[in-house]
Amino acid sequence: MADKIPRQKMPQQDAKNRIRNFNEVPLGYDEKTAMLEAARCLQCKRPTCIDGCPVNINIPGFIKALKEGKPLEAFFTIKQTNSLPAVCGRVCPQEDQCEKLCVLAKKGDAVAIGNLERYVADYEREKEHFVAQRSDSHTNKKVAIIGSGPAGLTAAGDLARIGYNVTIFEALHKAGGVLVYGIPEFRLPKDIVQYEIDALKAAGVTVELSRVIGTAETVNDLLSTGFDAVFVATGAGLPLFLDIPGENLQGVYSANEYLTRSNLMKAYKFPEYDTPIVKGQKVAVFGGGNVAMDSARTALRLGSKEVYIVYRRSRTEMPARVEEVERAEEEGVIFTLLTNPVQFIGDEKGRVKAVECLKMELGEPDASGRRSPIPVKGSEFTIDIDVAIIAIGNGPNPLIPKTTPGMDITKRGNIIADPVTMKTSKIGVFAGGDIVTGAATVIQAMGAGRKAAKAIDEYLSTGSW
Amino acid sequence: MYTIITNEKISDNVGKAIVEAPYIAKHRKAGQFVIVIVDEVGERIPLTIADSDKKNGTITLYYQIVGTSTHKLSLKKKGEELFNVAGPLGHPTNIQRYGTCVCVGGGIGIAAVYPIAVAMKDAGNYLISIIGARNKDLLILEKELKAKSDEMIVTTDDGSHGVKGFVTDELKTILDGGKVDIVVAVGPVPMMKAVSDLTKKYTVKTLVSLNSIMVDGTGMCGGCRVTVDGKKQFTCVDGPEFDAHLVDFDELMKRLNTYKEQEKESFEKHKCKLEQYYGR
Ligand SMILES: Cc1cc2nc3c(=O)[nH]c(=O)nc-3n(C[C@H](O)[C@H](O)[C@H](O)COP(=O)(O)OP(=O)(O)OC[C@H]3O[C@@H](n4cnc5c(N)ncnc54)[C@H](O)[C@@H]3O)c2cc1C
Ligand SMILES: Cc1cc2nc3c(=O)[nH]c(=O)nc-3n(C[C@H](O)[C@H](O)[C@H](O)COP(=O)(O)OP(=O)(O)OC[C@H]3O[C@@H](n4cnc5c(N)ncnc54)[C@H](O)[C@@H]3O)c2cc1C
Ligand code: SF4
Ligand code: SF4
Ligand code: FES
Repeated sequence: MADKIPRQKMPQQDAKNRIRNFNEVPLGYDEKTAMLEAARCLQCKRPTCIDGCPVNINIPGFIKALKEGKPLEAFFTIKQTNSLPAVCGRVCPQEDQCEKLCVLAKKGDAVAIGNLERYVADYEREKEHFVAQRSDSHTNKKVAIIGSGPAGLTAAGDLARIGYNVTIFEALHKAGGVLVYGIPEFRLPKDIVQYEIDALKAAGVTVELSRVIGTAETVNDLLSTGFDAVFVATGAGLPLFLDIPGENLQGVYSANEYLTRSNLMKAYKFPEYDTPIVKGQKVAVFGGGNVAMDSARTALRLGSKEVYIVYRRSRTEMPARVEEVERAEEEGVIFTLLTNPVQFIGDEKGRVKAVECLKMELGEPDASGRRSPIPVKGSEFTIDIDVAIIAIGNGPNPLIPKTTPGMDITKRGNIIADPVTMKTSKIGVFAGGDIVTGAATVIQAMGAGRKAAKAIDEYLSTGSW
Repeated sequence: MYTIITNEKISDNVGKAIVEAPYIAKHRKAGQFVIVIVDEVGERIPLTIADSDKKNGTITLYYQIVGTSTHKLSLKKKGEELFNVAGPLGHPTNIQRYGTCVCVGGGIGIAAVYPIAVAMKDAGNYLISIIGARNKDLLILEKELKAKSDEMIVTTDDGSHGVKGFVTDELKTILDGGKVDIVVAVGPVPMMKAVSDLTKKYTVKTLVSLNSIMVDGTGMCGGCRVTVDGKKQFTCVDGPEFDAHLVDFDELMKRLNTYKEQEKESFEKHKCKLEQYYGR
């Protein structure tokens, strides 16, 4: 019976309209659609889907509650292991995680777990406004969390629930990490993130904004001024550049800068908001991940006429979510694959006016298993552009590692932490999320935050490291 | 938080604000800066911490009114609040006893060189200060610097105050006159470049504090990147001070022009809003 109902599509804004606004693209299920989709779940005895979820949400459990008309109960089921369901329902690479391992995936179409998760979380936020309570139990122990991305937020929530005094230190003037400065409004409305932060505050977490740890106070200072443990969750915020000539011309951006201007600083509302951004007519984005797709789709919405994704491998090697690539394509992004930039060319004022590229072909698979690109001799060509956005990845910000003696890091500068306890080589200091793994996913960062919270509780209640 | 204690114009287009920011006042060192967001729709602008008062928990900022954000800042009244002030940011200046230290400040750069000069003097250096501006109205902190300096020279381009001429002319005289161990120069990019070209000839170590356009100020966006010794450096976290002789000033000057058009547009709109507000 169940498998006769087709997987329910989520309605979305039409491509022609949506590139003129920053509103969310997928519009969410209505009640009827959600119930139809929930009915597709077979309630497996051995639900393999759970193994695909990095925080092991009781998926059949929450879907069952939803089916029975108890969405709030479904919400609490999810919340047991996932503190940011409205976020994960939107940005998790479900097709590679929970939905990949759903038994129905083999027959064709997995249950739309992410969509249902989003529905349940949105229901709670829009209809119920369940307000988190301060924990009844209290300890006098204090925990400092550095960074308010998904890793930091998750750890803060878990620790506050146990009864710790938690303070989050965040460098920027808004909490949320990549969720507020990186991922655009049209994929993740900022109100949702703010709702989660407000809930944390209601649960007793202190959020200190505009506090960059490492310039004035260091991790050691925190430990010596009353914090019993520190969780470093500073993310992968260091933009990598191509290191080719012309990269410092006007109009050449890192994706971080471009997206921060647009998302965090609301440059898309310039001049109502004061932060400017160069709105190019022709924009080239370098890279093939989510960050590249977000940049390209932002450029379209800022009014650019031609937007290129320039990627050095082929479509199949692109690390971006398939869904996001498809949406970018629907919106008119031009994919220039197997192409690598060689240099940027500027005009007499120092503005970028073109990029010279080389065609590539795929060679043998490299260490990562992906076929590595090899330049084709003599295939140089140029694309006229007035904005370039470099989205080839992010490294770890060195501020904390540099100012924390005794904390070991890898050659690349990532903090080394135990995969189970998130303990670093320095007593009392834990680390997790992108700062440890390198740029990964929201849900993985959250998973690390959970593990850290558990280990911090163990450490602080037993005193043994 | 971030309450304005005083905010006054000290000349036609230079303002001085004392702002409540206890954390920053407590921790800041010479050479560091803050990032200010004036109001809710504001951009993040870097301003040097010219001075601080730990006891009262305040910091002092000098700003040249050049565009929307600095104009908005100038309109903030005593008792009002700034939306956000982040800091202290950037590396503090490496203060040592070098011997003879010449601090050169141009225009609003005097505000940035002032705390460094004070720290250099306190560290036991013989302090020579040279400050200059286009005209008398743009000169700031003259009295304060004079009180700290062993020697002090003031120049204006138009001769309206002090010696008529450029700071570099005076610096050259000093370099010709005797041993200088270190020069610190902060001001408009062309001035820093001229100082750098000069001291290079005399092989005198020179520090400059760069004023690239910034967004986050934490090393996350790369927008503040400059080329130093052929390498990319982020002004906000690797600087703002660099060895002048290794800096690509021409590139910095071009990058500072990135938003010329938008800055104009923003200011027009801002002015227009103000006019509506005050009924012209
Ligand atoms: C544009 C973009 C799109 C993405 N899309 C997706 C997606 O669709 N799905 C998905 O799963 N993942 C996506 N990701 C990846 C995902 O966002 C990250 O893996 C995740 O946010 C990492 O979480 P985190 O908590 O480790 O760090 P972050 O989210 O990076 O947060 C770190 C926080 O720490 C703060 N900080 C840094 N240094 C300091 C300091 N010294 N003192 C105080 N605070 C500091 C930072 O300001 C930041 O707020 C995307 C990433 C980007 C950039
Ligand atoms: C580390 C650092 C410390 C600084 N300290 C001070 C300070 O103590 N006092 C002070 O007045 N200014 C200082 N600046 C410069 C200040 O940040 C800019 O003047 C300010 O951002 C201008 O904002 P606006 O909106 O008023 O003008 P905008 O509309 O942004 O610009 C108006 C005009 O100013 C020019 N301009 C814009 N940004 C800069 C810049 N970063 N440097 C030089 N010219 C610029 C533009 O080209 C344009 O001609 C500092 C900059 C840095 C990086
Ligand atoms: S959190 Fe992500 S992986 Fe886990 S069930 Fe939800 S969408 Fe799937
Ligand atoms: S594997 Fe699929 S069908 Fe089975 S319980 Fe999980 S979601 Fe439902
Ligand atoms: S201002 Fe963003 S990295 Fe320096």
